Amino acid sequence: MTGKRKSIWVFGDYRNYYQNRVTLQLLSKAVDLSRLLDAEVCAVVVGHDLEEWIMEYTAHGADRILAVDHPSLTSYSTEHYLILMEKLVRERDPDILLIGATDFGREFAPRLAKRLHTGLSADCVGLDLTPDGLLVQIAPSFGGNMLAEIVTEKHRPQMATVRPGTFREIPHNNERTAVVERLPLPAQLPPARVRQIQYERAVQREHTIENANVIVCGGRGLGNKNNFRKLDDLAKLLGGDVGATRPVVYAGWAGHDVLIGQAGKHIKPKILFSFGISGAIQHTAGLGEADFIVAVNKNPQATMMRMADVAVVADAADWLNHLVKELRRRIRE
Amino acid sequence: MLNIVVCIKQVPMVTELPWNEKTGTLRRDLAAGMMNPACKHAVEAALRIKADGGAKITVVTMGPPAAEEVLREALAMGADRGILVCDRLLAGSDTYATSFVLGRAIGREVPGCDLILCGAYTSDSETAQVGPQLAEELDLPAVAYAERLEISGRTLRVRRLVDKFRETLEMEFPALVTVSMEQYKPRYASFAGLNRAFAEADILSVNLKRLDITPAELAAHGSRTKVRRVFIRKTQKENVLITGAAANAAAEFLDKYQRKISAVIGKSIEAKKQT
Repeated sequence: MTGKRKSIWVFGDYRNYYQNRVTLQLLSKAVDLSRLLDAEVCAVVVGHDLEEWIMEYTAHGADRILAVDHPSLTSYSTEHYLILMEKLVRERDPDILLIGATDFGREFAPRLAKRLHTGLSADCVGLDLTPDGLLVQIAPSFGGNMLAEIVTEKHRPQMATVRPGTFREIPHNNERTAVVERLPLPAQLPPARVRQIQYERAVQREHTIENANVIVCGGRGLGNKNNFRKLDDLAKLLGGDVGATRPVVYAGWAGHDVLIGQAGKHIKPKILFSFGISGAIQHTAGLGEADFIVAVNKNPQATMMRMADVAVVADAADWLNHLVKELRRRIRE
Repeated sequence: MLNIVVCIKQVPMVTELPWNEKTGTLRRDLAAGMMNPACKHAVEAALRIKADGGAKITVVTMGPPAAEEVLREALAMGADRGILVCDRLLAGSDTYATSFVLGRAIGREVPGCDLILCGAYTSDSETAQVGPQLAEELDLPAVAYAERLEISGRTLRVRRLVDKFRETLEMEFPALVTVSMEQYKPRYASFAGLNRAFAEADILSVNLKRLDITPAELAAHGSRTKVRRVFIRKTQKENVLITGAAANAAAEFLDKYQRKISAVIGKSIEAKKQT
């Protein structure tokens, strides 16, 4: 025996669709890492009526599933989850523990890391390995304009919360199998000090500018409010949302609720159109990982133009008009 | 009267953050500092509590000597007392080490503290970890991302929106809360208040010695993470340049990227072939 096999753990966060997806994305990355480390991938899931998740994690790459299923765990409780996770980690000593950077994960993970006396990096946008098999946690810094490579050298597990959407999940595969360990609730779970009085799904629309696929963003370079308003037409044609820079919001062309940037919304669209925006750091800090950026600006040297996949050197308002016209024609055809 | 601690942080103004593009290193020393925006909301929350039922507010920050400025700003807003935790050995502390030292400072200098407020995240590192880890350090019940706080007797009621769920939670003092930027829009410090805070108010400066933290203890509770390098995000973009008359350029652009765009928006924008 050369010692026990390394284990990469993914915490099962499942309370809504979005939380479930990030768990599956982390399983996918854990599978990649496990090949390089010759480790097993283990999903840990805590709650009640967990069969759905056990099947889901199996189909998405877990080799082993640790499930603590009990009626008293029906709603999320940071305190109870902490007690259970601390116990499991201490008993089994995983090498890596990944948690989705959901609101829950970002409240839960720091406390767990502290309790385990180990390191944690926040909201990672990449994971890698050093030649010696140390987890490189790539975390944004300074509003996402800088990235830091962080390692936890001596303490275990190496913990990271990872931004949703960073990795692509493995397609669902019903043929996969996993070892499922159903674990009992420790008898001495104390009453939680934080009591849940009310709990309901927020009534707001699921669609928000933060999760929009297409965003058309305008800056001062559009010239005036009327030109800015034309972004609505483009957004409608593309099924997207309108965003604005700070000067535009200050000028009253758009409301604060569509401000994109450090002081406003953080977006990660699949396609971002950027009209007449120079790309000041306060704005680009909110852009996250836009897959495909189209920037329109008279100045080809503008930061936004250099960040773009497609940089159109033109008057922003003029090109916007032509683009809307051309799109209308094509959609009507 | 409630005894409230607000932990605040001085962060560089991102707009003025100077860095060396070649080496990707930050010139933190050259950056102008400001109070982290979410910390300001936490100070405001404390001031509202004070206005409602009375409270003594102590603001605490850990940082270089210059971080004293944000304490004075908080005093000018209406806080009562400022504590600067400052020691060369603390430079580069991660959230594990920071929460240890802050916990010790609060335990020593603000005994009997009922409520600790923190900003939910900072604009520089954005880890959002110090608040929850401080709660762990002091073994306090805690809630993150609070939008509203209500106090009745020794019970604190917190409302928040997390992961698209609206929650109301309750806990007893002593407790810790991190405050989001949704509510508690911070007041401006008056000019007179600023003058007074900068001219008169005393700031208590504490170092590791005063906190009885020995180098060995600091090492034992020291940073768990290490930053290998910091770099500017490189865009690996193709950066196709399109020029020419706007009308033609729009059509050219759509011809080239119509499939990509159609796939994302879920409807075809492909031009019909002319036959």
